[in-house]
Amino acid sequence: MSEQQEDRLSSRLRRIRALTVKESRQVFRDPSSVAIGVVLPLILILLFGYGLSLDVTNVPVAVVLEDHSLAASDMAARFQLSPYFQATFATSMIEAQAQMLDRKVDGIVRVQSDFSRRLQQGDAPVQIIVHGTDANRARLIQAYARAAIQQFAVRQASATAAGSVRVADRLWFNEANDSHYFLVPGLIVLVMTLIGAFLTAMVVAREWERGTLEALFVTPVRAGEFLLSKIIPYFVLGMLGLLLCLLAGRFLFHVPLRGSLLLLTATSMLYLLVTLGIGLLISTAVKSQFVASQLAVLATFLPATLLSGFIFDLRNMPPFVRAITYALPARYYVSLLQTLFLAGDVWSVVIPNAAVLAAMAVLLLFMARLATHKKLA
Amino acid sequence: MFASLLRILALTHKELLAILKDPRSRVVLFLPPIFQSLIFGYAASYDLNDVPYALLDQDRSAASQQLISHLDGSGIFHRVGDLERSADIDRQINDGRAVLVIQIDQSFERHLLSGQPADVQVIADGRNSNTAAVASGYFGGVVDRFNSDWRAAHGQRGAPVHVVDRAWYNANLESRWNMIPALVGTLTMIGTMILTALSVAREREQGTFDQLLVTPFRPFEIMAGKAIPCMMVGLTQATTILLVAQFWFRIPFVGSFATLYLGLGLFLMAAVGMGLLVSSIAATMQQAMLYSFVLIMPFTLLSGLTTPISSMPTPLQTATLLNPLRYAIDIAHRVYLEGAGVGLLWPDLWPLGVIGVIALSFAAWLFRHRLT
Repeated sequence: MSEQQEDRLSSRLRRIRALTVKESRQVFRDPSSVAIGVVLPLILILLFGYGLSLDVTNVPVAVVLEDHSLAASDMAARFQLSPYFQATFATSMIEAQAQMLDRKVDGIVRVQSDFSRRLQQGDAPVQIIVHGTDANRARLIQAYARAAIQQFAVRQASATAAGSVRVADRLWFNEANDSHYFLVPGLIVLVMTLIGAFLTAMVVAREWERGTLEALFVTPVRAGEFLLSKIIPYFVLGMLGLLLCLLAGRFLFHVPLRGSLLLLTATSMLYLLVTLGIGLLISTAVKSQFVASQLAVLATFLPATLLSGFIFDLRNMPPFVRAITYALPARYYVSLLQTLFLAGDVWSVVIPNAAVLAAMAVLLLFMARLATHKKLA
Repeated sequence: MFASLLRILALTHKELLAILKDPRSRVVLFLPPIFQSLIFGYAASYDLNDVPYALLDQDRSAASQQLISHLDGSGIFHRVGDLERSADIDRQINDGRAVLVIQIDQSFERHLLSGQPADVQVIADGRNSNTAAVASGYFGGVVDRFNSDWRAAHGQRGAPVHVVDRAWYNANLESRWNMIPALVGTLTMIGTMILTALSVAREREQGTFDQLLVTPFRPFEIMAGKAIPCMMVGLTQATTILLVAQFWFRIPFVGSFATLYLGLGLFLMAAVGMGLLVSSIAATMQQAMLYSFVLIMPFTLLSGLTTPISSMPTPLQTATLLNPLRYAIDIAHRVYLEGAGVGLLWPDLWPLGVIGVIALSFAAWLFRHRLT
């Protein structure tokens, strides 16, 4: 390198370093940054780990036995013994219905008065009534209730109910059928999105509104260096957040990491760069903190939660919504995380998703750079 | 008294002008609820309409064909792969092409004809355990139908017990019917809290808050002047989402609008109170926004929107008693789907009122101390 080029490089590095130090001080001295970077991830880790669960266990159900025969009690016993249900007896349908209205029970099992007689004849109905307000839970309750009743039916008619098909279930990647296994990767997506997009979304807009950006115009700082100094401290904060989540996932919730840690870190860095890019782009383009904050919520947080596939399966969405999700970086990151955590290094999943994230990162940061001008307008 | 009301009216007018004057602000406040309720209304669903599955039929008998035709005719399952060897199962599941792999082994028909139980293996992708559970449940239903058809065709007695299903209020168990009313509360809360917190913080940053000190306004009046316009914006957003639910998704509304708006009004009071609390702690707009989020995230997650409150451990269930969104979602469900009246809703309404009053009073106290 010529002397001139060396000088330029060293002064460039000096400027970047100076700006980064200033930005870091601003970030770490502001309690709200710490709140988002450390406190909120911890809260989320606790909530996701202990609070959120789609698993159905100990469902309170009211059993109404209008027939007091041995067979009916046998049937009721299946519900009492099942780990999925917490069965209580109601003396009448009216009482059971009142309990369901009050949401004291989520389901009613009704055995009518002619149960044992019809059982002898070979066709006895059992009514399962569920509360439809939580459709997902209702469906799972129906499935478990059906299974309990099947067990009863099999024991009743063991000799004659000959050739029938039995289903043997195996659940890959999640043998314990623990919903934590897929909630914890989702937690990481949320934390990275919050840190990457939220913290940065207002940062440049604030400098515009306060006029401190204008002051930077008279310095030799270039737009690219300015952006880089914004990225670095938040990148560090994001990696810290990731570390917290990984430690919690491993030691608190025992979620397995079947893929390689290196791949996980590398892809997380890619996603962090993408969200930082989005945040900075919003910030530089909009120049108003008020609008920037609303946009950040709309464009990053809500889609990352609801449209990324970590809670609601993408396969069930109508085509036009699924088309929209292709534009969301969170979708690719969730896919990567779920696979890396639960399945391992499945290259056919990792490479395409990582490539899309890399392309998005480059595009967004480039656009942010283009939007940053040393001009007043 | 009357003079006080006039002052509050003046402040409300000024605040509405400030919020609505900027066209970008108008767009960002009123357009998103429409798009969000449309998109999330379609996206937020646990219902499985389409289960891709792969088949490994090692029997290839008439019996297995019958089972497969039951599957394919169900309208839910569609086959994405016909496997030759069990070694191929890995790829189908790992790549995410199939949610289930169904393996029928060689002795399937033989066992059925000789009166023994025939086993079918189902391998499910557990990366999303909820999807796997629902898909397996559907498969169980298909097997039930196959079993009763087979027994009827072969002159055997059917299973002695059969299940009669009924679901209250949501006969077809569509997730959308409980998601969208819940979104009314959620999206409105997020929008209102952030709007409230930011509007006060903006004044503080711009220095116009100090200008209010030289006016005859009392701290309580200033707070009311901030709270009322934010509540009005919140009500407009909620109404927009309700309109989308009614006219686009056509979710039948069986309750009374008056009751719903009563509940919404109390809820917005609580949300605005929380927003004002946050704003009195925050010194800058960024802090206001970030602190709001530190509150919003737990509120949203612990509200029963995505995961049921009854599945949470008891200490967290107790903690949700402080969450206004939990009550709002319950009210929305009950009024929308069950047609509940004020009497049934009372256990949800009074906690909202209490939370609102406490939050507003606390915010007023903090305002007074910050101003003097």
